[in-house]
Amino acid sequence: MTKLLQWLLGVSLIGIAWGLVTFDLLDLQLPAVYKEVAWPMPVYLLVVFGCYSLATVGYRVATFNDCEEAAKELQAQIKEAKADLKKKGLKM
Amino acid sequence: MAGSKSKKKNREEADKYSVLLPTYNERENLPLIVWLLVKYFGESGYNYEIIVIDDGSPDGTLQIAEQLQKIYGEDKIVLRPREKKLGLGTAYIHGIKHATGNFIIIMDADLSHHPKFIPEFIKKQKEGGYDLVSGTRYRGDGGVYGWDLRRKLISRGANFVTQVLLRPGASDLTGSFRLYKKDVLERLVERCVSKGYVFQMEMIVRARQLGYSIGEVPISFVDRVYGESKLGGNEIVSFLKGLLTLFATT
Repeated sequence: MTKLLQWLLGVSLIGIAWGLVTFDLLDLQLPAVYKEVAWPMPVYLLVVFGCYSLATVGYRVATFNDCEEAAKELQAQIKEAKADLKKKGLKM
Repeated sequence: MAGSKSKKKNREEADKYSVLLPTYNERENLPLIVWLLVKYFGESGYNYEIIVIDDGSPDGTLQIAEQLQKIYGEDKIVLRPREKKLGLGTAYIHGIKHATGNFIIIMDADLSHHPKFIPEFIKKQKEGGYDLVSGTRYRGDGGVYGWDLRRKLISRGANFVTQVLLRPGASDLTGSFRLYKKDVLERLVERCVSKGYVFQMEMIVRARQLGYSIGEVPISFVDRVYGESKLGGNEIVSFLKGLLTLFATT
């Protein structure tokens, strides 16, 4: 099953569950409070997911390591390499 | 005691690591990357070869490579040039064909991938018997150097979207510093059709799909020292297209 199908399946399952409760499709005579909680749920979930995404990406950008040390080490090694290669007879 | 020691040595000697270096106009960087590879492989004592696949660089990369071959020996530096610039995927196929190692390491020749991590890749692979080990900029001590905020934001954002949509089981999908079992790489390359950034992503997504195990090692990515690094609108659009293609087909 492709990721697209997995997503469609997941979304339709949630959609069905939401429809059942919100519109009482099976005539289960659920208490009114169920309906009140259920109907704004998709929007609520979207907002929560949006916030989670922004927070996660923001946090990860802020904590993205800057490898100053690695860059310095590399620069030093480049010098060393050039000197050594010249000694070994490499003509650039 | 002596017996088990020599047995261990034999087993280690049986493993050989072929480093594939596809190059195009890397005359400045090639000697440096080769020097670093020789240094770290020499220190760690693993058996290796470096396969330089130059795609007809007009700047004389191949001539430099020939000089390096004289310095370090034909068993260590193997030249497999091609006439003109062809895709990365075919460069790997070309390289694998000539590789004598049972493990293949792929990396960029522009010094953004440091050979010091290779012994860590090998150790990780041996620890878990992984089919592939991927370097990751996004975990642990991993990181980048030379990226501004915009670049970091795009990178993290793209990575997040990809993680959500594909759940690939690896944290760095577009990185191209990896170690593969040779037969695993062969099978993957055959199946992968994408280009550019998406190619690396497809490799790891297909690896997961085929049930291969993936190990990760944090790496520091130092953006191109010489030459220019590119990330424009075109790259982003083709990345998104590739992502959606993988989303619908894997």
